[in-house]
Amino acid sequence: MARARTGGEAVKIYVTSVLVDDQRKALQFYTDVLGFQAKRDVPLGEHSWLTVVSPHAPDGVELLLEPDAHPAVKPYKEALVADGIPAASFQVDDVRAEFERLSSRGVRFTQEPVEMGEVTTAVFDDTCGNLIQIVQM
Amino acid sequence: MSDVFKALADPTRRAILDELADRDGQTLFEICGRLAGKHGLGSSRQAISQHIDVLAQAGLVETRRDGRYKFHHLNTGPLRHLTDRWLAPEPEEKP
Repeated sequence: MARARTGGEAVKIYVTSVLVDDQRKALQFYTDVLGFQAKRDVPLGEHSWLTVVSPHAPDGVELLLEPDAHPAVKPYKEALVADGIPAASFQVDDVRAEFERLSSRGVRFTQEPVEMGEVTTAVFDDTCGNLIQIVQM
Repeated sequence: MSDVFKALADPTRRAILDELADRDGQTLFEICGRLAGKHGLGSSRQAISQHIDVLAQAGLVETRRDGRYKFHHLNTGPLRHLTDRWLAPEPEEKP
């Protein structure tokens, strides 16, 4: 008999991904500009298994900078970007401070900081074909 | 003119105008976030998109493409003469 799905089994997120148009450019943006740390860089033919982590949690969830070469991906990304919909959401301590810091480095925001009750959010372009939301809560 | 009254008749569409007045030039995602977060309006993105279409037909909202992004802007022009029909002209001051 199968074990019950609720309660006992621990399923854990260890990696999640953003689909990037150029892995090396993405690595530079996600580390140098955003402040993530490089974690794994394993060559796999044309591309790599390339992940970054938060400096606050080097053993935590990894962000995979995944190639967007599949033909279905580009129209999908373009449609999300046109409507301002982020591909991923990251937590920061102070959205306004990050907005100032990233703007001063030339990062383009499609949504400036908006306070909605307890939560403040903003959305910027990751230069790899995605919008990214930052959240303070 | 009837398009303007129809557009203004709906509370969700008035909330969209309120938020664009707060900050002009928003993506669909931002408008949806503001409606849900600040007004408790949990309509689908598609429904909000249709509301924006009604506002655009009335000339109250303009959608502009900026590179890969699409932003929505408020145009208050159609509101300016809404009440001319009923408001009497201001009486001229007597010398």
